[in-house]
Amino acid sequence: MSEKDYLPGAQVPDARGYFGAYGGRFIPEALVAAVEQVAEEYEKAKADPAFAAELDALLKDYTGRPSPLTDVHRFSAEAGGARVLLKREDLNHTGSHKINNVLGQALLTRRMGKTRIIAETGAGQHGVATATACALFGFDCTIYMGEVDTERQALNVARMRMLGAEVVAVTSGSRTLKDAINEAFRDWVANVDNTHYLFGTVAGPHPFPMMVRDFHRVIGVEAREQVIERTGKLPDAVVACVGGGSNAMGIFHEFIPDAGVRLIGCEAAGEGVETPRHAATLTKGEPGVLHGARSYVLQDEDGQTIESHSISAGLDYPGIGPEHAWLKDTGRAEYRPVTDDQAMQALRLLSRTEGIIPAIESAHALAGALELGRELGPEATILVSLSGRGDKDMHTAAQYFGLYDDKGGK
Amino acid sequence: MTVASKLSETLAAAKAEGRAALIGYLPAGFPSVEGGIKAVRALIDGGCDIVEVGLPHSDPVLDGPTIQTADDIALRGGVKIKDVLRTVREVASATDAPVLVMTYWNPVDRYGTARFAADLAAAGGAGCILPDLPVEESEEWRKAAGEHGLDTVFVVAPSSKDPRLAEVTAAGTGFVYAAAVMGVTGSRAQVGTLAEDLVTRTRATTDLPVCVGLGVSTADQAAQVAGFADGVIVGSAFVQRILDAAGDEEAALAAVRTLAGELAAGVRRR
Ligand SMILES: Cc1ncc(COP(=O)(O)O)c(C=O)c1O
Repeated sequence: MSEKDYLPGAQVPDARGYFGAYGGRFIPEALVAAVEQVAEEYEKAKADPAFAAELDALLKDYTGRPSPLTDVHRFSAEAGGARVLLKREDLNHTGSHKINNVLGQALLTRRMGKTRIIAETGAGQHGVATATACALFGFDCTIYMGEVDTERQALNVARMRMLGAEVVAVTSGSRTLKDAINEAFRDWVANVDNTHYLFGTVAGPHPFPMMVRDFHRVIGVEAREQVIERTGKLPDAVVACVGGGSNAMGIFHEFIPDAGVRLIGCEAAGEGVETPRHAATLTKGEPGVLHGARSYVLQDEDGQTIESHSISAGLDYPGIGPEHAWLKDTGRAEYRPVTDDQAMQALRLLSRTEGIIPAIESAHALAGALELGRELGPEATILVSLSGRGDKDMHTAAQYFGLYDDKGGK
Repeated sequence: MTVASKLSETLAAAKAEGRAALIGYLPAGFPSVEGGIKAVRALIDGGCDIVEVGLPHSDPVLDGPTIQTADDIALRGGVKIKDVLRTVREVASATDAPVLVMTYWNPVDRYGTARFAADLAAAGGAGCILPDLPVEESEEWRKAAGEHGLDTVFVVAPSSKDPRLAEVTAAGTGFVYAAAVMGVTGSRAQVGTLAEDLVTRTRATTDLPVCVGLGVSTADQAAQVAGFADGVIVGSAFVQRILDAAGDEEAALAAVRTLAGELAAGVRRR
């Protein structure tokens, strides 16, 4: 792949939804008409100024955009003195970046005349954002969530139910995000007449990887301007965690033409990529088809998906969006594994140096920034996607650090 | 295809008898590799004209709870693609019935498209059904299958519009798999009215036989579907018989044969 393939104006994906060798549309015939409808309606919406105006107004007045950019001086001292800037998606309404995509697709759902929305969720943040939009727009809402995740993210289950959504605990397979997606697809096939599947990351069949990226591009568009305004130049690197890859694609995309800016995705390495218990799809996976698109997949030699493991429910996924696979192969982005322990240490560090408790997902990006800062030194500027806040993770963190004891996790 | 495939001949023979063909599905490796081979043979002994051997997958997004459970048992039992191919070989060498493989795309892709086609053909397989491989993504598979004389059966759904039906049926060989309902595999109380309309619309686009599956589980339903389709496909009901036998192999095989017999009578009813 030549360099110009990712210069501005490069048309990715192509008409069939391919980013190089990755993407496409591997779906049952029963869903072809529905997925085509989503693609067509999205193209029409993009050309309709009223759609953009309504979405912009929601992002501003409901979500609270633009999200701030925060200099974290005390945290930076631990990152080799490099200047670390956080893009504060945790301050969005509902507490993560997920709302950006959800509001876009909710408007699209209304345009398509559908009245029911289903979604998968891992950490529960996409589920909460979806339940929120369904309350706002008056749609019926069903959220599929792996049983393991309903336990470790119980606060978000309660939030979704408070918002009026039905939450279905999925008990098949690994009982995590992958299986929640399987169950959501099964629901969609049976109810496609009135139901939109509001997919929560940059994976799935075309047009989802492109469309979800587009709805999250606002992160990078804002951040690029904010960083230049604050520092007078582009950052040396942009760092984000990658589960399916939506917050990372959102913050990366605007920087892709800036060849001098390193793009670094942090994958969940769980107990270590040298163990079987990780979710480092790009580091350890191989090309294959999962959930409607060709990308990297954690799989065995027979094409069976290998169960992933991460302390972070939102990164505990054996797949990855196809555009990331393409960015990896072209070398435009780098992907690094971050272990559970590294992420938890970074979570505590940001809490105690800056008074910001991040989501465990986002803490993977923070750990990546700490490592990178030590490599690059004090001259460097590192932009980090702080994709979500950590309230939902307090139970996991309390167990990890022993916060329920009198000693308070010292 | 220049010469009629074994699959086409079998469907034509049923038609010549003035009836629909009966097609039975069971996953390989369920409840064990050896037990699965016997169970697929029991489908044929009981009266199935054609069998589909499932290649179990970790992520069966188009299957309901019954086949999910069977796939899970098979995979936890350690079934590999080579065991699936052995199942095909043992059944194909012992009977005249065409043996198809039904699976998801990733196992085939990972095994290697050309290698899978070659090995399936060498095992005596008649073709493959890949319900998550739409025609747009199927060129490589169709080429490999064609080189090895394998039929490529594509699925059409009640939501497929007429121009789309024409595209899908033009790409397929053997027969067209018409999904009776919008949904995943699993028995249903009623076959519903979508199936007959879909068969009519599909026939308008192709001379291929049109077989109906999804939700059919009883002789009465088989008889009803046989009234308008060229074949009746039954899967979950067979899987359920084996699950119900709770590990008693003889009882499971007897139940599979009995159900196949009832369904075979169903497709001959008039
Ligand atoms: C806060 C937060 N960050 C990141 C993710 C991972 O998703 P993605 O990789 O699509 O951004 C999640 C998913 O649940 C999340 O809740």
